[in-house]
Amino acid sequence: MTQTKEIEIPSLFDVQKIRKDFPILLRTMNGRPLIYFDNGATTQKPKHVIDAIVKYYTEQNANIHRGVHSMSQDITAEYENARVTVQKHIGAKHEHEIIFTKGTTESINFVATTFGKKFINAGDEIIVSEMEHHSNILPWQQLCEEKNAVLKVIPITDSGELRMDEYKKLLTAKTKLVAITHVSNTLGTVNPVKEIISIAHSKNVPVLVDGAQSIPHIKVDVQDLDADFYCFSGHKVYAPTGVGILYGKEEWLKKLPNYQVGGGTIKTVSFDKTEYAESPLRFEAGTPNIEGGIGLAVALDYITALGFENIAAYEHELLAYATEKLSAIENLRIIGTAKEKASVISFVVDGIHPLDIGMLLDAQGIAVRTGHHCTQPLVAHYQIPGTVRASFSFYNTKEEIDIFVNAIVKSIKRINKK
Amino acid sequence: MTGMKTIESTEQELVEDFAVFEDLFDKFGYLIDLGKNLKPLDDSLKTDNRMIKGCQAHVWLYSELKDGKIIFHADANADYAKGLVFMMIHVLSEHTPDEIINAPLNFIEKIGFKSMLSMKRAGGLESMIKQMKLDAVVYKAKKLN
Repeated sequence: MTQTKEIEIPSLFDVQKIRKDFPILLRTMNGRPLIYFDNGATTQKPKHVIDAIVKYYTEQNANIHRGVHSMSQDITAEYENARVTVQKHIGAKHEHEIIFTKGTTESINFVATTFGKKFINAGDEIIVSEMEHHSNILPWQQLCEEKNAVLKVIPITDSGELRMDEYKKLLTAKTKLVAITHVSNTLGTVNPVKEIISIAHSKNVPVLVDGAQSIPHIKVDVQDLDADFYCFSGHKVYAPTGVGILYGKEEWLKKLPNYQVGGGTIKTVSFDKTEYAESPLRFEAGTPNIEGGIGLAVALDYITALGFENIAAYEHELLAYATEKLSAIENLRIIGTAKEKASVISFVVDGIHPLDIGMLLDAQGIAVRTGHHCTQPLVAHYQIPGTVRASFSFYNTKEEIDIFVNAIVKSIKRINKK
Repeated sequence: MTGMKTIESTEQELVEDFAVFEDLFDKFGYLIDLGKNLKPLDDSLKTDNRMIKGCQAHVWLYSELKDGKIIFHADANADYAKGLVFMMIHVLSEHTPDEIINAPLNFIEKIGFKSMLSMKRAGGLESMIKQMKLDAVVYKAKKLN
């Protein structure tokens, strides 16, 4: 957070040119030019992704994996190429470690269901943290209730960082899994997942990483992290909704029982015995979101072409600029001041409900998120009703942040008007 | 009912009041101002069983029957929700259970900003309308017994 606006945008990174790739950024909201600062909820799609979906339904639509005709074979090849794109993007060793799902939530539920069925017993312990999204709490909470297991929670500091000392104490002989977010959707904190995994592995405990918020901002290498499971959603990384990824280490996927079964998961079926296919097909029952998978690969190629270092540097610059400007507003308090942050900034204004600010920003054409952001235990830690959250993408600008800051000041004045 | 405004006429007045403002920001501002007219609810009445939970804002609702008419009191934890709550009380309070049960209550739609409609869910307004009508049903049933 020490970087300031003096940092120059890399010359290769032309934000005005990039904005032209995102048709939706030209629209207005409530009569004002749209300022879209809700990227943590979902990102907008570049025309490359939109074109790929249109092309799919205009020229390519056929079901994959089963057809002998050319259209089916062509689209099967493209879908499987998408899997390879994902594999390379996150540095997975094998393409069969990449399983297409509906999104992060399904990926986590997948592991909770299958891992839970085989490896969790009464008295076992699962570790999550206080800053988790509900999607990385509830599947584990439900599993623990079903199996009479115990959910343990790593506490956080007031700046929004994990208490690593407490984490180490929570790891016991009973711990069967650690499920942790890479980046907090509410605070923006980037957690030291490599260290968390290393500590867990020293006790032979596998780790699942919720990568929903990290994948658009950070270059993820699952082998370098040594993650056992890594989950993310397409729509948060400029791809369509309804597609996501579960990365699972080969050794773990081999041990997991089936998740859902049905068409596509088998080698042979008879009423006496069914022989199932290997991963990933064993885990992908039914016709998948074909255009979603293809769109995800296009989106990943798009951000790769922009360059992750460029994206990270520019988004960090936006974050530093917004932090500086927002900090100057009277009675405004930033929630989440960790040393390592992604471009997510949450704040409260003393005496004003976040919802009131959100509504008045909406009226001024600015899309932010307000409330608990599906992290009620985290919000409870700060004893606040919720926050206003702005989350920036590489297509946002400092000029937008200036308008945003002025709009907040105008909103506060209007609310406090006697 | 002589001299007393009907629910529909009060609704219409609110619709006309908002129509003056063209800009959404000013409409929201006016709504927040309306909320400032709300008499604070005593903390002793802000109990869990009187709380209507919205996704983000919470409302506390209290009612009593006086001379055959229901008097509503309410409070909320967001200024925006206070404005909505004030309008609901302004429209429904001091009417008979039957009038409240039969009220169409479509003025929010008529005022016509989308965010306010979504607030019906997020701010618990929808649940509040249900609770106000339910209170009226209960008072009516008690009277019949």
